[in-house]
Amino acid sequence: MEKLNGLRCRECGRHYEAAPIHVCEFCFGPLEVDYRYDALKGVVTRESIAAGPPSMWRYKDLLPIDGDVAVGHHVGFTPLIRAQNLADELGCREIWVKNDSVCHPTWSFKDRVVSVAVTKAREFAFDTVACASTGNLANSVAAHSAEGRLKSYIFIPADLEQGKVLATLVYNPTLVAVHGTYDEVNRLCSEIADKYRWAFVNVNFRPYYSEGSKSYGFEIVEQLGWKTPAHIVVPCAGGSLITKIWKAIKELKTLGLIDRVGTRMHAAQALGCGPIVTMIKNDTDVLVPVRPNTIAKSLAIGNPADGYYAYKVAKESGGSGEHATDEEIVEGMLLLARTEGIFTETAGGVTVAAAKKLIERGVVPRDESIVICITGNGLKTPDCLQDSLDAHVKIKPSLSAFDRALADLKSHTS
Amino acid sequence: MPVLVRIPTPLRALTKGSAEIQAKGDTVDNLIGDLERQYPGLKDRLLDEAGELRRFINIYVNQEDIRFLQAKKTALKDGDEVSIVPAIAGG
Repeated sequence: MEKLNGLRCRECGRHYEAAPIHVCEFCFGPLEVDYRYDALKGVVTRESIAAGPPSMWRYKDLLPIDGDVAVGHHVGFTPLIRAQNLADELGCREIWVKNDSVCHPTWSFKDRVVSVAVTKAREFAFDTVACASTGNLANSVAAHSAEGRLKSYIFIPADLEQGKVLATLVYNPTLVAVHGTYDEVNRLCSEIADKYRWAFVNVNFRPYYSEGSKSYGFEIVEQLGWKTPAHIVVPCAGGSLITKIWKAIKELKTLGLIDRVGTRMHAAQALGCGPIVTMIKNDTDVLVPVRPNTIAKSLAIGNPADGYYAYKVAKESGGSGEHATDEEIVEGMLLLARTEGIFTETAGGVTVAAAKKLIERGVVPRDESIVICITGNGLKTPDCLQDSLDAHVKIKPSLSAFDRALADLKSHTS
Repeated sequence: MPVLVRIPTPLRALTKGSAEIQAKGDTVDNLIGDLERQYPGLKDRLLDEAGELRRFINIYVNQEDIRFLQAKKTALKDGDEVSIVPAIAGG
């Protein structure tokens, strides 16, 4: 089945052959993979998807892969959890957590985009993969490059959390720490990508890479029994994920796998780096870049490339956006852990906090279904919790010492 | 006032393949004017019909995004480096 028409400019519609390019030569608009939906309709069905593997590759027909999957065969199909404790706590009827904090193999949704990008790098015969990263992408590119026996160059801001640095180095890439913000790393990488023939997953491979995020949206709908939720709250950094979840839902509609869309998309960002939510709140399509200052480093992109499209998705879907302060981010992480036993990273804290505020503001009605997107694992960013968690009970190894400690604890809580 | 301008791949068809060119101008706006004189057609790629910088282009003066400076009115001096960079995805 010939499913791809090459690439197409999102702005001016100009057509390009499938190649490792990402920008329209004429208007600088981003290039996007162009599918032949007419050929896919009736071929991709609920049954054909259900017959696929328990991974994101059950949606392979809707991803820009020509041949076999090269790396990351077990990525995706993460749990969608009915979060009743959290719903009770927030006074809501129906909350679901889409939990990519346990995505295989590097515990974030980035495995979805990277497995597509690295497979595509092999298709285009590249021997080196590279990326600019706030951490999760670094982990994933390093891991999948190791699996694919490709060289990798990973560029990160020098102040990144140590957990994310180690969880990259372990795969033996060339890690380059740049003294600057992520936006500065990104600009540098754009210039490096122009000079060296490498597969930069988020630069020249962006049209393919970003499509991997659609699988997160497909899974939400399939796991809800081919129904769309009334609300999805999505963390935003570069703005790609919210755009691609929305695209996924619309594709399912186009292919006749669902009858209606009916979902409102809400953007979650940190107050210390929230240019997309600011656009939504001010109802303007002009993005004003910011200098990030937040503990949510995986979301600390002050100049988001897909900010404009993320704003349009919130607007088109009837959604909204909300900021979370650093304090609210930590509270959000603790709330999810305390109610559902899920330990997410700071980005997840942003999403939980934003969802809570949207519910409290009445933007998200308490009797409608809500999906909260958890995209990364808390064990990567434990440092931010040092000051907010009580020390555990310390005793000598004797029963009497424990009895005293227990009595002491009870007197404090009664 | 020569300024070094880095040209991204999508624009090199207009600069006869050059990745770096020398241009003149005391502001970014005037620099774009000089680029157009040297390489006709370049201005239309950078600016929209209203004369505003296109949405998906970022311009940096000595590594600083001009939106943090004075945008197109940002002053330039001898030896400055200007980069034209398409927006790229995050991670």
